[in-house]
Amino acid sequence: MQEHDMSWVRTEMALAQPAPASVRGMGAWVRTNLVGSVGDAILTIIGIALVAMILPQIINWAFINAQWTGPDRTVCATVAQGGIQSDGWSGACWAFVNAKFGQFMFGTYPIEERWRPIVVAILFVALLVPMLIPRIPRKGLNAILLFLVLPIVSFVLLVGGTFGLPHVETSRWGGLLVTLSLSFVGIAVSLPVGIVLALGRRSKMPIVKMLCIIFIETVRGIPLITVLFMASVMLPLFLPAGVTFDKFLRALIGVSLFAAAYMAEVIRGGLQAIPKGQYEGADSLGLGYWQKMGLIVLPQAVKLVIPGIVNTFIGMFKDTSLVLIISIFDLLGIVKQNFSDANWATPQTARSGLVFAAFVFWLFCFGMSRYSMYTERRLDTGHKR
Amino acid sequence: MGGIASVTMRGFGNGPEPELRSHGKKIGLCLKTEKGLWVMKHIAIGILGAATLGVMASAASASTLDDVKAKGFIQCGVSTGLAGFSAPDDKGDWQGIDADFCRAVAAAVFGDGSKVKFTPLSAKERFTALQSGEIDILSRNTTWTINRDTALGLNFIGVTYYDGQGFMINAKKLPGVNSALQLSGAAVCVQSGTTTELNLADYFKSNKMEYNPVVFEKLEEVNAAYDAGRCDVYTTDQSGLYGIRLTLAAPADHVVLPEIISKEPLGPAVRQGDDQWYHIVKWTYFALLQAEELGITKANVEEMKTSDNPEIKRVLGQEADTKIGTDLGVSNDWVVNIVKAVGNYGELFERNVGSGSPLKIARGINALWTKGGLQYAPPIR
Repeated sequence: MQEHDMSWVRTEMALAQPAPASVRGMGAWVRTNLVGSVGDAILTIIGIALVAMILPQIINWAFINAQWTGPDRTVCATVAQGGIQSDGWSGACWAFVNAKFGQFMFGTYPIEERWRPIVVAILFVALLVPMLIPRIPRKGLNAILLFLVLPIVSFVLLVGGTFGLPHVETSRWGGLLVTLSLSFVGIAVSLPVGIVLALGRRSKMPIVKMLCIIFIETVRGIPLITVLFMASVMLPLFLPAGVTFDKFLRALIGVSLFAAAYMAEVIRGGLQAIPKGQYEGADSLGLGYWQKMGLIVLPQAVKLVIPGIVNTFIGMFKDTSLVLIISIFDLLGIVKQNFSDANWATPQTARSGLVFAAFVFWLFCFGMSRYSMYTERRLDTGHKR
Repeated sequence: MGGIASVTMRGFGNGPEPELRSHGKKIGLCLKTEKGLWVMKHIAIGILGAATLGVMASAASASTLDDVKAKGFIQCGVSTGLAGFSAPDDKGDWQGIDADFCRAVAAAVFGDGSKVKFTPLSAKERFTALQSGEIDILSRNTTWTINRDTALGLNFIGVTYYDGQGFMINAKKLPGVNSALQLSGAAVCVQSGTTTELNLADYFKSNKMEYNPVVFEKLEEVNAAYDAGRCDVYTTDQSGLYGIRLTLAAPADHVVLPEIISKEPLGPAVRQGDDQWYHIVKWTYFALLQAEELGITKANVEEMKTSDNPEIKRVLGQEADTKIGTDLGVSNDWVVNIVKAVGNYGELFERNVGSGSPLKIARGINALWTKGGLQYAPPIR
């Protein structure tokens, strides 16, 4: 038998030591990530060479040589092209974007009435931002304002014809105004309708189930472009003469129903991932159907499919450009339309306009995807691997 | 086929159910009602379609002129953007020959050229929009053909711009070429699926020449390929070639060859079956030409009113007891209004596509008949 000498056991923790210099700081990061192996080193060198080759040119084109203001094409064209720039000049024609900025934002919405979409945009941001920040209370009131009151107010403001506001036809709407209103209505309609359709498709009631399946499969079976085209070209031939039925509204309905069908399948994927025990547990607690779905199943299902939902939103945001074929000019459409203005026709015009449109689309899509990642992290309850 | 059949049926059709029509008039404010209406319409369409008896809406019962006067503006169908013909300016207002022509008609009808609303239409939508009454005039660089005059139920009012397919070459790459007949063996950039492609094949075949087509789906791709030197020749409508030349890196190196290998008479069209409206639009066009022939311009139209020349006095409605305007259905000083609003044909041409614009297209066959061109107006008397 041996005696244990307790003094051998340390009573206080050893002080934390900083990690060795070889695995921390910039140097270590470079060593492990950039030159970890011979292959990595070669790729790094190629990568740096590519960036060094392209980046200065991009910066030159987009900023240093770019023309920011000007009355017409002359500022963006070389002398040989009928402009004022020296030969060999190549730079972005932001002057074109600048001159057409109002159109890119609002289409041909009358200039003296453009305060109306601006007010709507301010209200939208003022309601959306608190909605997105979890710390701010009164989400219920906020949601009612955003999804019920705001659409009505926007409708009254944008369309006009009441309260002494002059009427503005939707054919004069365009640009970012169209892109955002189509996507907002699409998003606001497609999520609830999609949830209802997904529940309907899993319902035990045969007629409800059949109707939902027919709707979802029909809509998913037709390209959006066909629906828009039929609504725009064929529908007027069937309507009585003189009855015109707003083209923008047709597009709104088409886009919303479309997104709803896709959304339904995304949500259904989430519903199927919920184990049977959850349903049975809810049943054994005596919850009714809507309580079971609303309190137990949907919160888990929707959380699971956030990436899919945001995917649908982003896809729809970009799909709005398809309305171009029925002569509604979203941001991309109005940018392309303005290429035909002979006063701005230069070799740089199309490039600059498209870069601008791409930047605006990227801003919105990137914003949506970052926010969805944040939401996933916030709602993470142990599913993450 | 659908479009054509529907039009034919439209002519014989009876009026729609009055209920549908009265609902239609109320469209406007309430989104919910409109959704309801949409569903209802769809049901109605299903029934109508199934019946195939052609119980379609007849063309609006009132004349187009009355309709236009009642609503207070002309709805004008233009292109979705074609330099010099109809393109938005910095403010978003439509400019170009086609847009200005609609302003001229508005000036004739209302005495005010600004009473026009423009509907940009894609090539596929344009005829439906006119047939269905969505627009009053189709002024959208549309080629006048017999098929469109007969089967589609349109009436072209004249030719506001004589266009035709032409060739553009890079003179630096092909020095000494000054005729399309020297282009044998050339690589030709062309947009696929257009009549342009067919005309090109016909032309080279009939002249027993070889060529290599470089075909693209989108106009932008064709432009980029030509600018990058992937082909020697670019072919499309001549008016388009001038617009494209502006976007090339070295426009001065490129020349448009003189040959025109197809006839593309572009003009405005109206619906068939309304002679009064047809005449107003048609004579607006002739008035533009007549004003140029008589030397009446935007600047001098007021002085011209007191001119001693009997023809000028007659055209400007200054003759005693003149009924020329009122017989047409407009006021007697209609020509004065037109010229005040947009100028004469020559001014309109030079401002939009000619020397006053970046396009710098020469008058060519679009000159007046007195100057060797094809633009000719019957007398206004």
